[in-house]
Amino acid sequence: MTPRREIFAAALLSIAFLLLILGIWHVATLPKVEAAGAADEYAKLMGKGAKKSDGFPAPSQLASAIAKHIADPFYDKGPNDKGIGIQLAHSLSRVGLGFLLAIIVAVPLGFLIGMSPLFRRALDPFIQVLKPISPLAWMPIALYTIKDSSISGIFVIFICSVWPMLINTAYGVASVRREWLNVARTLEVTPLRKAFLVILPAAAPTILTGMRISMGIAWLVIVAAEMLVGGTGIGYFVWNEWNNLNLTNVIFAILVIGIVGMALDLIIGRLQRLVTYAE
Amino acid sequence: MPFLQVQDLKRTFPAAGGGTTTVFEGVNFSIERGEFVCIIGHSGCGKTTILNVLAGLDTASGGLAIMDEHEIGGPSLERGVVFQGHALMPWLSVASNIAFAVRSRWPDWPRSKVRQHCQQFIDMVGLSGAEDKKPAALSGGMKQRVGIARAFAIQPKMLLLDEPFGALDALTRGTIQDELVRVVQATHQTVFMITHDVDEAILLADKILLMSNGPNAVIAEIVENTLPRARTRHDMHHDPQFYRIRNHLVDFLVTRSKQFQTGELERPAEPLTVRPGVDAEAHRSIPDAAPAPRAAANH
Ligand SMILES: Nc1ncnc2c1ncn2[C@@H]1O[C@H](COP(=O)(O)OP(=O)(O)O)[C@@H](O)[C@H]1O
Ligand SMILES: [Mg+2]
Repeated sequence: MTPRREIFAAALLSIAFLLLILGIWHVATLPKVEAAGAADEYAKLMGKGAKKSDGFPAPSQLASAIAKHIADPFYDKGPNDKGIGIQLAHSLSRVGLGFLLAIIVAVPLGFLIGMSPLFRRALDPFIQVLKPISPLAWMPIALYTIKDSSISGIFVIFICSVWPMLINTAYGVASVRREWLNVARTLEVTPLRKAFLVILPAAAPTILTGMRISMGIAWLVIVAAEMLVGGTGIGYFVWNEWNNLNLTNVIFAILVIGIVGMALDLIIGRLQRLVTYAE
Repeated sequence: MPFLQVQDLKRTFPAAGGGTTTVFEGVNFSIERGEFVCIIGHSGCGKTTILNVLAGLDTASGGLAIMDEHEIGGPSLERGVVFQGHALMPWLSVASNIAFAVRSRWPDWPRSKVRQHCQQFIDMVGLSGAEDKKPAALSGGMKQRVGIARAFAIQPKMLLLDEPFGALDALTRGTIQDELVRVVQATHQTVFMITHDVDEAILLADKILLMSNGPNAVIAEIVENTLPRARTRHDMHHDPQFYRIRNHLVDFLVTRSKQFQTGELERPAEPLTVRPGVDAEAHRSIPDAAPAPRAAANH
């Protein structure tokens, strides 16, 4: 265990780093006061005062953007103007569905591969070839065959989540300790009970590790996928705000992507701890 | 016909450079109902392999084993196994580990009956209070006790133990040995146990099988333990028989176990049955039957 004092010191240091970054950012984006001149006069005339910014948003602008988005996260003013909550919900549901599909396919298939050396050898070439393909490369095929951008997004999440889960499940199942299987054999445990009560709990930590990797990749990929196909989602939000030249909203979205990604990882990390056993 | 009959058992493995190595062959012995049999031999002679064949976890290359008039062809709930490394499921508590076995044996039992049955065996091995602990929170001795309780809880016709106390310190081993004596006497359990501890064999066994060194190992002798059955760790060495038996066993392990390979001793077709505790002839080779320091077979 880390001593309390150390945790406290680390927290203080984190806050200090944050303040430092905000400070540098603030100074770097301070409006430049230019020598009074025609331009200045012109600006005054235009009612903009003597300030001129180079366009990069200041921390204060981000703060007010955050406040605005949080105050009303679920507004819907047409296809190009939806609240951040709605966009997130779209992204999360795509990730959730794709991830769920991947579990449904990868865990049973991983069991099969892990238990049968024959299947492992037969399927290994496919896995080795398919695994390194960027999930976005599937997008044209998905769009062509599925003809629905939202479902194509789900497919892309599925295809990128399935490999780490499949490989980890197969590995976890194949490396279940022989003595536990022998216990099950001497107790004449039925195959189904053996699968659920011995192999699954024994392999669960490894399977969850695969899921954690999958979720990390899925959250990276969904942003890119939504930028590509557009419509809805946090990725589309980033792209749309970039087209609006609203960098403040882009930075806000980046922050949200980071925090949600962290939260997803934390959730699976919790689940992982739940099934992990000490030997 | 005896309860367990092992006839001409043989096990070969593919050798590293092609061909096969015969671990043991011509293994013959029998066990009566309610008998406690220990097998002693040097490491690698094939004791675990024999036990695995009896458990049905391994298949012999030749010969057969018949238990209760049925040939052993696979694992069965009729035979409980206590594994060398306890083999508890680390994600289950003590009670759940035992309940897993009990539910496998009696799938129709209601929850309350399973719990009550498990508790009885947890109490039997002195683990009351540790029911909800995970194996990782137990000492080596406690883990092995859970393994024993799990094997007893399915009330098998025969119990197979593979060096169950090998990894324990002497003090813990003594306590659990006493417990095993008590439980076996109370339940009249038929037991086949591997050990490398000569004193343990004398304490527990009615009959001790001596296995020669491998490859091509055989059961060379069967030593009948003529010490009265009501013996304890504390008083058995007061009996003059004890050192006669003990010396006979140690002498086998030190000298005779390797003489079957060199040809100095001829492989017996049927193992010789000896009673060194009472027969002068059996320990003729050891003129001085004086107390020897505590010794165990190398393992
Ligand atoms: N699966 C196997 N493949 C090849 N050789 C094996 C295998 N299992 C055991 N053996 C060999 O059989 C011999 C007996 O092993 P074992 O029964 O474990 O001995 P013991 O329990 O008496 O120490 C050893 O020499 C070992 O190398
Ligand atoms: Mg062994």
